[in-house]
Amino acid sequence: MMLEIQNLHVEVAGKPVLFGVELSLPAGETHVLFGRNGSGKTSLLMSIMGFEDYRITKGSISYRGKEISRLGPDERAALGIGIMFQRPPTIRGLPLGQLVQLCAGPDVGVAEMAAQVGLAGFLERDVNLGFSGGEIKRSELLQLLAQDPEVVLLDEPESGVDLENIGLIGEAIKGLLQKEKRRQREKSGLIITHTGHILNYLEADRGYVMCDGRITCTGNPRELLEDIQEMGYGGCLRCER
Amino acid sequence: MREIGRKGMNRAAAARGKKAAFGEDLDLEKYTMEAPEHAYQEKMSELAEMDRKRMEMAGVDAGGKERSGSFVQLDNSVVHRSAGEKGVEVLGTREALEKYDWLQEYMWKTVDVDADKFTAAVELDDFNGYFIRALPGARTVFPVQACLYIKQQGLAQRVHNIIIAEEGSELHIITGCTSDARLPAGLHLGVSEFYVKKGAQVTFTMVHNWAENLDVRPRTGTIVEEDGVFISNYICMEPVRSLQMYPKASLVGRGALARYNSILVAQKGSSMDVGAKVSLEAPGSRAEVVARAITRGGDIISRGLLVGEVEGVKAHLECRGLILAERGLIHAIPELVGKVEGVDLSHEAAVGKIAKEEVEYLMARGLSEEEATATIVRGFLNVNIEGLPPILQSEMQTMLEQLEEKAL
Repeated sequence: MMLEIQNLHVEVAGKPVLFGVELSLPAGETHVLFGRNGSGKTSLLMSIMGFEDYRITKGSISYRGKEISRLGPDERAALGIGIMFQRPPTIRGLPLGQLVQLCAGPDVGVAEMAAQVGLAGFLERDVNLGFSGGEIKRSELLQLLAQDPEVVLLDEPESGVDLENIGLIGEAIKGLLQKEKRRQREKSGLIITHTGHILNYLEADRGYVMCDGRITCTGNPRELLEDIQEMGYGGCLRCER
Repeated sequence: MREIGRKGMNRAAAARGKKAAFGEDLDLEKYTMEAPEHAYQEKMSELAEMDRKRMEMAGVDAGGKERSGSFVQLDNSVVHRSAGEKGVEVLGTREALEKYDWLQEYMWKTVDVDADKFTAAVELDDFNGYFIRALPGARTVFPVQACLYIKQQGLAQRVHNIIIAEEGSELHIITGCTSDARLPAGLHLGVSEFYVKKGAQVTFTMVHNWAENLDVRPRTGTIVEEDGVFISNYICMEPVRSLQMYPKASLVGRGALARYNSILVAQKGSSMDVGAKVSLEAPGSRAEVVARAITRGGDIISRGLLVGEVEGVKAHLECRGLILAERGLIHAIPELVGKVEGVDLSHEAAVGKIAKEEVEYLMARGLSEEEATATIVRGFLNVNIEGLPPILQSEMQTMLEQLEEKAL
C-alpha cells in the first residue's frame, strides 16, 4: 500500500478537525475527496504532508508500510510525497526557475518542463508574485513535475482556472500520475475536488465524501459526484449507502 | 585659500559642536585627526599596507580588472589613483581643487557645511577624497572603483568626494569602505556630492565593510538635472558600531530620476540609522527608495522621505524588515510630503519574522528547514535593481552572495 491512514485524529490550534479518518491508497490508483468547504479535506492533505500546525493526536499515517507521522514535510517530500497547494504563499526574491531547479536537482533541465505547462516566460519571476489563479496552479504543477513524487496530493487543482487552462492542467496531472501507462503504473494521487470538473480530464479509481472531519461515504467517484450533484452534500448526510 | 572655502570655514567653525539631527552623538575630541602620510603607489597591486581580502569584500579589485579607473585613500592619504578609460577623470579632491578653479563651485553645494559637527570637521581639518568626472557624452562601460580605508587607530578619516557626470555621460562607481578588521576605534566622515547633469546617468554602488568598533557618518547630496538618472545602491552587512546617514537627492530637472536601494544587516552590537530623502522639484521627476533590513541582534532605523514640490511627480518608498534574532530592533519611518495638487507619492513598510507558511512551503518541496529559511532570507535581500548594467548586476550578485554567507 502506498499510503495508509488509520483512525487519524488531528487538531489545529487546539481545535479538533479530523475525527478518525481511514483511507488506503494503493500504488497506481487515483482517489478523489469530495466535501463542503470546511469539511476537513485540506486538513487531511496538510496532515499527510506533515505541516506543524496540524497536530496528530491519535492514529497513524504510513507510506509504503513505514510510519511517517513524526517526520517533517521535507523528510516526507524526500520519501516521495508531493503536494499542490490551493493557495501557496508568495516568495519574494526567489525566482520560480530557481525553486524548480531545487526541486528537480542540479542536472535536470527545467526550461522544457516549464514550456510543458506554459510557463517558459515565468522562470525569472518571483514565486507566485502577481500570478493569476491559473498561473499559480501551473506553477504548482511545474514544481511537482520537477519533484516527480510517488504520491501526489492535489488540493482543488481546477479552482480559479479558466476553461482554456483546465485542459492543460488536466494533461499535466495525467502525466504526473502516469495515466498513459495501462500497466505497472506506480504513481498514486489523492485529489480534492469541490466541483468534480477534474474528473472530465482524468479517471479516478475511488471517491470519498468528507463531512465534519470524517469520511462519511466511499464509492465510485463518478457515481458519488452524480449523487452530490443531484442531492447536494446535505443528501450525503442523510445517505444510507 | 578658496573663496568658498573661507566662507565655508566660518560657517563650519560655528558648527564645530553642532549635534547631528539623527544618530548617536560622538565626541570628536576622542579621535585623532592625524595619521602618518602613506606612500603613493603607481600600481594598486603594490598597496601592501592594506588587507586585500577586505578590499575585495567591499568590491574593490586590486588588479583593477574591468575597471575604468581606481582610487584608493588610506587614512588621509591618497595612495593610488588612475583612470583607464577615455572621458573619465579620477583625481584626489585636493589635487583636483588645485587643477580646476571652477571646482570651488561644486564644494558644499548639495550638503551644508554647517549641517552638523561632522560636516564641519571635514571642512575644518585637512580632508581628502576623490574627484570623479565623466566628460560630456562619455559613456563608460566599466565602473570606476574607489576604496576608502582606515588603518590608523582612533583616526577620524575625513573625505570630501565630488562626482560630476557631465551632460549625456554615463558613469558607474563602486565604492568600498573598509578598515582593518581589528581596529579598536575609528571614525569615517565622508561627504559626497554628486552632480548628474542633463541626460547623464550615474550608478553608485557602495559597500561598507567596517569593523565592530567603527563609527560612520557619511553625508551625501545629489543634484539631478533634466532627464538625468541617479541610482544608488548601498550594502552594509558587516558589523559597525554606529552608522548614520540620510543622503538627499534633489531632482531639479524635468524627467529626472533617482533610485535608492539599501541592504542592511545589523549584527549584534551594531546600530544603524539609514535612509534616503528625495525632493521632487521638477515635473515628470520620479523616485524610488527601497530598503531591506535584517537584524541579527542590532538596531536599525530605516528612514525615507519623499517630498513632492511640484505637480506631476511620482515616487514610492518601500521598507521591509526581518527580525532574525530574539533581540533586535527595526524601526521603519517612511515619510511623504506633498506640497501641491497632482503629486503621486506612496509607501509600504512591513516588519516581521519569516513566515512559517513560506518555510513549510519550501520544506514540502524537499528543502530542510535551514535551507528553506536561508532561501527565503536570500530572496528577501534580492532586490531587483532596475537600470544597473549587467556587468554590475552580476558583480553585485556575487558580492552579495559572499557577504550573505558571512553575515547570515
